[in-house]
Amino acid sequence: MATRTVAFEIKRQASPDAPAVWENFELEWRPGMNVVSAMMEIAANPVTADGRPTTPITYDSNCLEEICGSCAMRINGKARMACSALVDNLRQPIRVEPLSKFPLVRDLQVDRNVLFENLMAVKAWVPVDGTYDLGSGPRVFPQQQEANYPLSNCISCCCCMDVCPQFNELTGFVGAATIAQVKLFNNHPTGKVFKEDRLRALAGDGGIQECGFAQNCVDTCPKQIPLTDAISDISRDVLIQKAKDFLRG
Amino acid sequence: MAAPRIIVVGGGLAGLAAVIKIAEAGGTVDLFSIVPVKRSHSVCAQGGINAAKNLKGEGDTTDKHFDDTIYGGDFLANQTPVKAMCEDAPAIIDLLDRMGVPFNRTPEGLLDFRRFGGTFYNRTAFAGATTGQQLLYALDEQVRRHESDGKVKKYEGWEFLSAVLDSKGTARGITALDLRTMELRSFPADAVILATGGVGALFGKSTNSVVCTGSAQSAIFQQGAFYANGEFIQVHPTCIPGEDKLRLMSESARGEGGRVWVPRIAGEKRPIKQIPESERFYFLEDWFPKYGNLVPRDVATRAIHKVVYELGLGLDGQPMVYLDLTHIDRATLNRKLEGILEIYEKFVGDDPRDVPMKIFPGMHYTMGGLWVDFNQMTNIPGIFAAGECEYQYHGANRLGANSLVSCIFGGFRSGPNALEYAKDLPAAESDGGHAAELTRQAEINSRLLKNEGTENPFKLWRELGVTMTEHATVIRYNKGLKQADEKIVQLIDRYKKVNLSDRSQWANSSFAFARQLYNMLQLSRTVVQGAILRDESRGAHYKPEFPDRNDEKFLKTTKASFTGLPEGPRFEYEEVDTQYIKPRPRRYDATK
Repeated sequence: MATRTVAFEIKRQASPDAPAVWENFELEWRPGMNVVSAMMEIAANPVTADGRPTTPITYDSNCLEEICGSCAMRINGKARMACSALVDNLRQPIRVEPLSKFPLVRDLQVDRNVLFENLMAVKAWVPVDGTYDLGSGPRVFPQQQEANYPLSNCISCCCCMDVCPQFNELTGFVGAATIAQVKLFNNHPTGKVFKEDRLRALAGDGGIQECGFAQNCVDTCPKQIPLTDAISDISRDVLIQKAKDFLRG
Repeated sequence: MAAPRIIVVGGGLAGLAAVIKIAEAGGTVDLFSIVPVKRSHSVCAQGGINAAKNLKGEGDTTDKHFDDTIYGGDFLANQTPVKAMCEDAPAIIDLLDRMGVPFNRTPEGLLDFRRFGGTFYNRTAFAGATTGQQLLYALDEQVRRHESDGKVKKYEGWEFLSAVLDSKGTARGITALDLRTMELRSFPADAVILATGGVGALFGKSTNSVVCTGSAQSAIFQQGAFYANGEFIQVHPTCIPGEDKLRLMSESARGEGGRVWVPRIAGEKRPIKQIPESERFYFLEDWFPKYGNLVPRDVATRAIHKVVYELGLGLDGQPMVYLDLTHIDRATLNRKLEGILEIYEKFVGDDPRDVPMKIFPGMHYTMGGLWVDFNQMTNIPGIFAAGECEYQYHGANRLGANSLVSCIFGGFRSGPNALEYAKDLPAAESDGGHAAELTRQAEINSRLLKNEGTENPFKLWRELGVTMTEHATVIRYNKGLKQADEKIVQLIDRYKKVNLSDRSQWANSSFAFARQLYNMLQLSRTVVQGAILRDESRGAHYKPEFPDRNDEKFLKTTKASFTGLPEGPRFEYEEVDTQYIKPRPRRYDATK
C-alpha cells in the first residue's frame, strides 16, 4: 500500500530583497499532523517534492498551543495560527504564505513589532504605585471579570490586522487588537486613570475613525475576541472625548 | 560611580519580575529574549498560582503552604527560601490583582480560589484556565511602562550565547546572537540574571515551548556554573499526545472535579456512556482515598503508568486513560476551564464537555537547574538565576500552581540582589574578557557554518528526545540510564559531523538550533548521570530497583560541574537545609 501523503506549497523568500519563490513538499501523513509539525518534518529532511535539497523554513513558533501568538501565517489564504491548523481539516495542496501586511524577514517570518509599539502609545497598562505590598486590589464583580477576561485573551498574533482592509501604510490604522486593549484598560478601576490619554491617542490620523467596519477582524480572531464591540464602544468614547475637548477649548 | 548595568536574559515571569524590580529601584536593564517577551513560555501555564490567602474560611496558613510544598517535594528543597516564598505569596497575588490580572471572582467581588494537587485547601487563584498568560501579560505591561520611561531596553530576537568572564572568573557581561542579522555581539554588564526557563527540549516532545532548550543554562554550566538536582524532571500526568508536542491538560481540570478512570475490562468495546459506574476503575480515588484525583503529579503519573503498562488497562490497548469532566455542568466548565477545553477541542476535535478526554503523562517541568545561593546567585560571581532555570523551590517534585509563584518570587529577589551586588563590584581590569569571549564564540560559529558532514541537527535532536523519554522520565533503571548516557556520547560525537543545510547569514534558524543542540546534549548528561548516581526513589525520581527514599545517603542536593572529560560531569553533594520541618515519610494514601 502506498503511504498516504500530504502536499504543501510554501512561499519562500531568503531575505526582504530576495525574489519570492514557491516550493512544493510532499510529506508522509501522520495522525494529528498540523502545519507546524509539517515544517518540523521539512527541517529534519529538507528536500522538495521533486527531490531537490533546500533549506529548513524560517518561521516563528513557540508554544504550539495557540496561546503565545507566534505562528500566525496565511494558510490556504486565511490568516491563522499554524499550530492549530490541522492538516486533516485543510484542502490540499496546503498553501502557506507569510502574513501580507507586515515587513517580511524571511520565508514565513514577519516583523510584527508595530503592535507592541501601538500598545505603548496607548499606555496599555495599569499604573500601579509600586510592587511593594500595598494590600489587596480593587473589588471586581464576577460580571466585570467576565466582560474583561475575553479582551485580556488577545495573543498579539496580528491576524486581525492582516485581514483588515484599512490596515495599511496609507491610513496608518492602529488595528483592532490595540483598540480592544484600550477598552480593557479603560474598564479597569485603576487603569481608567489614563482613559482620556488613550482616547486621544485613538482620535487622530490612524486612529479609530479609520475603521471601515469590514468586520474581517472579528471573523478571523483565533480567540474570538469581541473586537467589533470594542471598536463600537471605543468609537463612541472617542467621539465624546473629542466633544469634551472641543468644549473645553 | 555610574549606575549599575544589569542584563536580564529571558522575558518570562521570572525575567520580567526581575526587570520590574530593578527599574523600580532606579536601575536600568537590558532585557534579552529569543522571542518577543509576551510570547514567552510562561504564557502556557494554565491552572493558577498558589497563595495561602485563606479566603474560604478553611484555616489555611502560609505555614501549611510551606509544609505542603516541602512534603510535596519529598524534603529535597532547602527550607529557608521555600518558607520565604510561601510567606510572600499572598502579597504577590495582591500585587498581580492590582496590576489588573482578571482573576476569577466570588459573588462579593473577592478573589476566587480553587484546589490543586497535594493540598486539602483551596489555595489557587486563577484567571480562567489561562492564568500564566494573564500573569505574563500583566508583567509585560508593567515592563512596557518602564520601557516607555527609558529604564528598559529590550533585545527581542537575540539569543544568549555565553557569559563574559574576567580573569578572576567574575561576570562582566554576555555574548548574544541577533537571530535576524546573525550578528554576534558582546554586551557589558555588572550583573546578569538568567531567567531562561526549563529544559523540555532535552526530551524531544514535552509540554514546553520551542524555546525551552536549556541552552543558556548549559552554556554557563560549561563555563563553570553548578547544575543542581538535574535528575529531577516532572512528568505531568495529563497531557494530550501530539505530533509536534505534548499539550498540557491542566491539573485544574481535576481541581474542578475531573476524574481519572479506565474501563475495568481490558479491550472494553461499549460506548463510554454505556459503561456503568461499577465497571469504571477510578484508580486514583481507589488507591489514594484522601487526596483522590488530587495527588501530586509524580504520584498520579506513576499510577497511570501502572494502569497502562502493568495492568494492561490503557484505552483500546493504547497508552491513554480518561480524564472525565462530563459530570460537571457546561456553564461551570466554561467559566472556570474554557481555555483548556478549547485546546482539547481544537487539537483533538472532541468536546470534553460531552466526551471524556484521552490523556497520558508527558515531560513537563524541570525541578533541577542552575545552583544558586539564597540570594539567587550562581557560583559564578555576578550571574544570578531565577525561575524554572534554577533549582531551589520545588525539591524532588513541584506542586501544581507553585511554579508561577516561584518564578515571580525568584525574579523579585534576584533583581534587587543583582543591583546590590553590582554596587560593590570593582571595575574590570582591561576589557573584562569581552574580546576573548567574542573570539571564542566567533570560532564556534564559523566552525559550525563551515562544517562538512552528513548529520542533520534536527534528526540528532529527535534521537536524543526518544532516548531521554525512554530512559529518564517516569521509571528509571540504571541499565537504561547507562544506555542513554552512551547514546548521548555517540550523539555528541556525531554532532562533530553536523551539516547545516542552510549556511546563509540571515535569519538562519537551523544555525541557531544547531548551537542549542550542542548545549542540550551536554546538559542531558547531567540529567542522566545524576539519575544513575541517585540510588533511591524520591519525588519524581523513581527507580524500581531502589523503591524507597534513602535520607541517610541522599537527602542531599546533587551538584554537577562540567569537566570537558569523556566521562562527563563531576558530581558532589550538599546538605539540605531542613531546619524547620523534620523529614517524614511521604505518603498520599493516608493523611500526612
